[in-house]
Amino acid sequence: MILPPTAPDQSERQRLMGVLARTPRAAIEHALAAFGPLPAHREMRKPETGLVTLRGRIGGGGDAFNLGEATVTRASVKLETGEVGHAYALGRDAAKARVSALIDAAFQNPLLHDSVIAAIFEPLALAEADGERRRAEETAATKVDFFTMVRGED
Amino acid sequence: MYVAVKGGEAAIRNAHRLLADRRRGDPAVPALHVSQIVEQLALGVDRVMAEGALYDRDLAGLALMQARGDMIEAIFLVRAYRTTLPRFGYSRPVDTGAMQIERRVSATFKDLPGGQVLGPTFDYTHRLLEPELAEGATPLEPERREVAAEASPRVTDLLGHDGLIEPDGVGNGEVTDITRTPMEFPLPRDSRLQALSRGDEGFLLALAYSTQRGYARSHPFVGEIRIGEVEIELDVPELPFPAPLGRVRLTECQMVNQFKGSAKAPPQFTRGYGLVFGQSERKAMAMALCDRALRAAEFGEDIVAPAQDEEFVISHSDNVQATGFVEHLKLPHYVDFQAELDLVRRMRAEQKDATDIKEAAE
Repeated sequence: MILPPTAPDQSERQRLMGVLARTPRAAIEHALAAFGPLPAHREMRKPETGLVTLRGRIGGGGDAFNLGEATVTRASVKLETGEVGHAYALGRDAAKARVSALIDAAFQNPLLHDSVIAAIFEPLALAEADGERRRAEETAATKVDFFTMVRGED
Repeated sequence: MYVAVKGGEAAIRNAHRLLADRRRGDPAVPALHVSQIVEQLALGVDRVMAEGALYDRDLAGLALMQARGDMIEAIFLVRAYRTTLPRFGYSRPVDTGAMQIERRVSATFKDLPGGQVLGPTFDYTHRLLEPELAEGATPLEPERREVAAEASPRVTDLLGHDGLIEPDGVGNGEVTDITRTPMEFPLPRDSRLQALSRGDEGFLLALAYSTQRGYARSHPFVGEIRIGEVEIELDVPELPFPAPLGRVRLTECQMVNQFKGSAKAPPQFTRGYGLVFGQSERKAMAMALCDRALRAAEFGEDIVAPAQDEEFVISHSDNVQATGFVEHLKLPHYVDFQAELDLVRRMRAEQKDATDIKEAAE
């Protein structure tokens, strides 16, 4: 019996796409330089900018309502080895969408997967976590510590 | 008969060229870069995004620059731009409970889980101008403190456990979109919230203020205001999971208002809700107060004040529509006015004739 090829871990893939969506292009390109030569590929869907309507919930947790729109750019890339990578991110950066789709495609290639994780995902996730921690600590310093003033003798 | 009059092309061309020059200002002063506007006039950028109903900080910054700082003109530019883009779909509803909090205050509970976190606020400043800012003073590094591993649940969820407050709003199941279908009154609450979120801050602020001054008083408390970033996710056919798009900054206001009960249901607090793009708590609070006032019919309250009149509030809250109709008055109305002029001349002549006849008769 032939076993099907192991499907790439989808939750890991989703985390990778999240990090790519939230990271500015310059940092992604910097990480990509450490990744090494790019695999042969072609564009499947040219970068395209469009609108996504963002939704909130009435009262915070009730039924959905339409809040307003946001610009989103997407792209798809196909490796010569067949893997198709996709990218979606807020904003209008076409070059970022193209490179993010390429990284997603490489992530799905068994030979490239580990170096995508080591050279791109982990350093970018780490940098993001550092930034989040710094901002959270700066916010925490503005937390109010209440104390009670006691007046009178008893 | 309709006679078209042409002309003014050269004047218009030269006017726009002059506009570009005046926008640039004194060439001896360094030109602004959009990134400076985005970083240093961030709340102005947020307002353009909120009322332009398009989350894109760079575009909003560019719009502000192009509009010479005229907010409504910038909002107009952003609204016009959004009509040029294809639509990819609707995001999953954001989870404000999972917000990465930058500010969170409650006026109803002092010691709530997660605490009162002031964040970058103007509150408690003395509102004194700081001349050192004009001289380019470098700010101090922000203080830091270890982050307590404590969640910040929404205040309304804390009260909700005991049934003391009405639950989150439930609509009719389908989500309406005022950008796709013309509004028809009465509106479902989700349409109203969509309109209020992009509504003019000044208009909503004034209406909210009117409710506090007694025109549809609802005795409000700020249950909670939270500002921070939330994740955006979009379901797309090519992925087996929702695509993570990144984060946007939102301001949420939970207004808690006085009670409503009936013979069957014990009294409980009612609520108004505000959710706005960017950091904008004045707008979020005004929106929440207006949302509550507009629920008058739902609670069987008498509709006696402007803030409760849905058609009045929603039809006049969009500043792009409002400015379009007000400002169109300055465009040529030569023919209309000529007709009015003829009419008033005729009326005067008729009146004079009548007087002359009367005098002759006497």
